[in-house]
Amino acid sequence: MRFGVVVFPGTWSDRDCGWVIDQVLGAELRYLWHKDRDLQGCDCVILPGGFSHGDYLRTGAIARFSPVMESVAEFAERGGLVWGICNGFQILCEAGLLPGALIRNDALQFRCEWTHLVCERTDTAFTAVVERRQVLRIPISHGEGNYFADPPTLSRLEQHGQVVFRYADEHGFVVPAANPNGSMHNIAGIVNERGNVLGMMPHPERAAELEIGSADGLFLFRSLLDSGVKVLTA
Amino acid sequence: MTGSTWLARVIVTPKPVVNDPQGLTVAQGLRTLGFDEVAEVRVGKYVEIRVTAEHKREARERVEEMCRKLLANHVIEDFRFEVEEAPAPAEVPSG
Repeated sequence: MRFGVVVFPGTWSDRDCGWVIDQVLGAELRYLWHKDRDLQGCDCVILPGGFSHGDYLRTGAIARFSPVMESVAEFAERGGLVWGICNGFQILCEAGLLPGALIRNDALQFRCEWTHLVCERTDTAFTAVVERRQVLRIPISHGEGNYFADPPTLSRLEQHGQVVFRYADEHGFVVPAANPNGSMHNIAGIVNERGNVLGMMPHPERAAELEIGSADGLFLFRSLLDSGVKVLTA
Repeated sequence: MTGSTWLARVIVTPKPVVNDPQGLTVAQGLRTLGFDEVAEVRVGKYVEIRVTAEHKREARERVEEMCRKLLANHVIEDFRFEVEEAPAPAEVPSG
């Protein structure tokens, strides 16, 4: 399994993702520059967190037109695994690879804190080794993570079981108090209908070693490694 | 590109169905200042674009395309704009 981590100007979580892939898991890693179109044979492309192009105009609005995004869209279309984290999730929504949008947190504050996520889909390549309803402790760090979709889109997401993660309390109960940003239905992460494109606001790459507070993020990285899905190569 | 210079004034607003936390907070601030008559506030964006085009119609078409492609996200925002012939750019003092 070869991971590709896309780097835009203003990306800040690329090295954190790289550290987990390379140093913690010992998997193959390539950094992919936003101006390049070659995905270098990666099996999974990660769009990491940060403030691509300063997030001017809207989060992810400029980044989605980068040359690399054309290749990412084609790769996703062919069934390739694409994983957007934080700013990466915002970029995937702007690019139309995932439905909805991320708007300003309801409290207007930048929230940087630990959250608990309940996992509702364990049949994706990203969550294959997670148990159903398992609670993961993973931090968020964003000002615009308030998931919005219009009512028809939202009901379609729910009907098709596309919500992978919801903000929950430590016992896994999805309650309003556990919602850090005002997201509809406590949504923290969704997949496309096909299940090969995941977008999530929390940062699993910052919860991959017990020394820094949690290693729950590794469940996602390990899922990708263990699922052995050699679906496609870019 | 030849032709006249036009000034487009684009206004992007959150759709009515989208919760606007900034607007809610500004409304609260205004009420705190004693503006009790404030019923609602919506906060959007204002963008000025100078474009070159033969005719106003052509300028409008291009600006509309810019709005659809980049300036507004149709999932959460509406846009409107007006186009007028641009005044000559102000002389920038040199040195």
